[in-house]
Amino acid sequence: MNAAHYRRVGDTALVRRWLIGTAVVLTVALLAMPLLMIFVQAFSQGWSTYVANVLDEFTLSAIGLTLLVAVLTVPLNLVFGVFFAWAVTRFTFPGRKLLTTLIDIPFAVSPVVAGLLYLLLYGNNGWVGQWLGEYDVQLMFSWPGIVMVTLFVTCPFVARELIPLMQQQGREEEEAAVVLGASGWQLFRRVTLPNIRWALIYGIILTNARAVGEFGAVSVVSGNIRGETNTLSLHVELLYQDYNVVGAFAAASLLAALALLTLIAKSFVEWRQSKD
Amino acid sequence: MSNPNKRRFPRLTSTVGAMVFGLAVAMSPVQAAEKELLNSSYDIARELFSAYNELFQAHWSEQTAEQVSIRQSHGGSSRQAQAIMQGLRADVVTYNQVTDVDILHQRGNLIPADWASRLPNNSSPYYSTMAYLVREGNPKNIQNWDDLIREDVELIMPNPKTSGNGRYTYLAALGYAQQTYGDDQQQIDAFMKKFLGRVKVFDTGGRGATTTFVERGLGDVLLTFESEVNNIPELNPDKGLQVVVPKVSFLAEFPVTWIDANVKRNGTEELAKAYLEHLYSEEGQRLLASFNYRVHNEVVKAETSERFPELKLLPIEDIVGDWETANKEHFASGAKLDQLQRR
Repeated sequence: MNAAHYRRVGDTALVRRWLIGTAVVLTVALLAMPLLMIFVQAFSQGWSTYVANVLDEFTLSAIGLTLLVAVLTVPLNLVFGVFFAWAVTRFTFPGRKLLTTLIDIPFAVSPVVAGLLYLLLYGNNGWVGQWLGEYDVQLMFSWPGIVMVTLFVTCPFVARELIPLMQQQGREEEEAAVVLGASGWQLFRRVTLPNIRWALIYGIILTNARAVGEFGAVSVVSGNIRGETNTLSLHVELLYQDYNVVGAFAAASLLAALALLTLIAKSFVEWRQSKD
Repeated sequence: MSNPNKRRFPRLTSTVGAMVFGLAVAMSPVQAAEKELLNSSYDIARELFSAYNELFQAHWSEQTAEQVSIRQSHGGSSRQAQAIMQGLRADVVTYNQVTDVDILHQRGNLIPADWASRLPNNSSPYYSTMAYLVREGNPKNIQNWDDLIREDVELIMPNPKTSGNGRYTYLAALGYAQQTYGDDQQQIDAFMKKFLGRVKVFDTGGRGATTTFVERGLGDVLLTFESEVNNIPELNPDKGLQVVVPKVSFLAEFPVTWIDANVKRNGTEELAKAYLEHLYSEEGQRLLASFNYRVHNEVVKAETSERFPELKLLPIEDIVGDWETANKEHFASGAKLDQLQRR
């Protein structure tokens, strides 16, 4: 990566300017403008309309449901991700490679397919669903179903962040701690956790962003009951189809604001990570 | 173990726990206090049923002094029916296609075979037909189906392959051709071929077709439900769009029924029946008419007659027999629709 190498790519000032210009134009046209449009549209009829739309009964319940999903999904996936990463990086056992491949399934499968799989398994005609139905337990078309598919879609995020880091760090420090007589919990709290702290937080941020924004999988199992099983992302679509464009963008602006917060938090964590 | 950080843990978990609990309480509907009804409905009926629900709630509390809360689920009606078969515990369905109710009997066995005879008018408290929307002043002078096959006319309609709305329009045109040419299959085919040839854009759904016609300004005639056709000029007063109702068109029914299996479990049988029956009451019918649907009540009919011009309405039975035949002979791949579009 020396200077001569750079020069060969961007031969002349013209080429360089053209490439940078293209990148800037594309970024503005594809990313910045749409994001800006969300807020322009949301506020197009003034602040009071915006507030009225956000405080609408159904929007509030969509916000509530979305928060509930995130509050349940994030801690569960945090625990799962740490266990998973711990298991595959600290132990060798047959099937370890297979397990690390399996964790990527939610990345590989389209969320809509994931939702359908859950519906076929836990719906009224599914294997598990039929059995649960006998006990009058209904998971699909109610919030537990939404939480379940969100768990599925977001489960790789924490583990995927941790595995490379924990592999790279190796087990020496932990082995030393064990030799010095640390208990399992002490080992985790004092040695492992401080090492993986920022990667963990990064994983949580990604999990949270996805849990809040998930559309496809949730849409399949939601049943679209307004005020009950409508998450914020579903609510945006619903309002848009109702010709309530301002309402749709007001709800979308909440998601966009959350995305911006996520980006800021993510950059902060990345910065901290690079300092560590 | 005297690590000060350690104290944070239980506090954090209890805070999260409290939040989850609080949210769960906030989310769970107040079941004990009032009766509940879940209505599974089609996509574009949200405004209609939120208005009707208010009307019914007032009626029910007047009759029984009970408060009832009505929840709505909306989506494409085939998908909605699918959700009920997979376990969505809707008490009543209010759909825009008879086939989607039929399937609840055929595949789910959730309602009896004779569901359509349980309420008046084939269990269809309101109906509509396929009509046209034309540009300001009707410059191409569109009045009936034979105007649509003129060479200078461009049509916008939803695709019959993907949308019930498009199938209705296709069958309406077919019904007109049958009325005009009688048994002459060759002439009917020739008419349908020309008709389909005039379509400039086949959108996937009704709302998409509306956008193409109104926002993008393509085409001379938009073909869709009369109820939608009447809403569009109201939403776009500056465009001067005009409604044209042809002399003959398709009878589009909007079937309703209660789901026997679900109302028994939910204990809502009486409430569900009352909810649907009230759609036939005078105030219910008046409300439906205000959403540009045609109704059966004589009083309301007389009040709104000028908004709903007389026309000859052809039910599916008169055109192709039944929906199964229609799908097999016309809309399945390689069937009539595909043959007619081949050049």
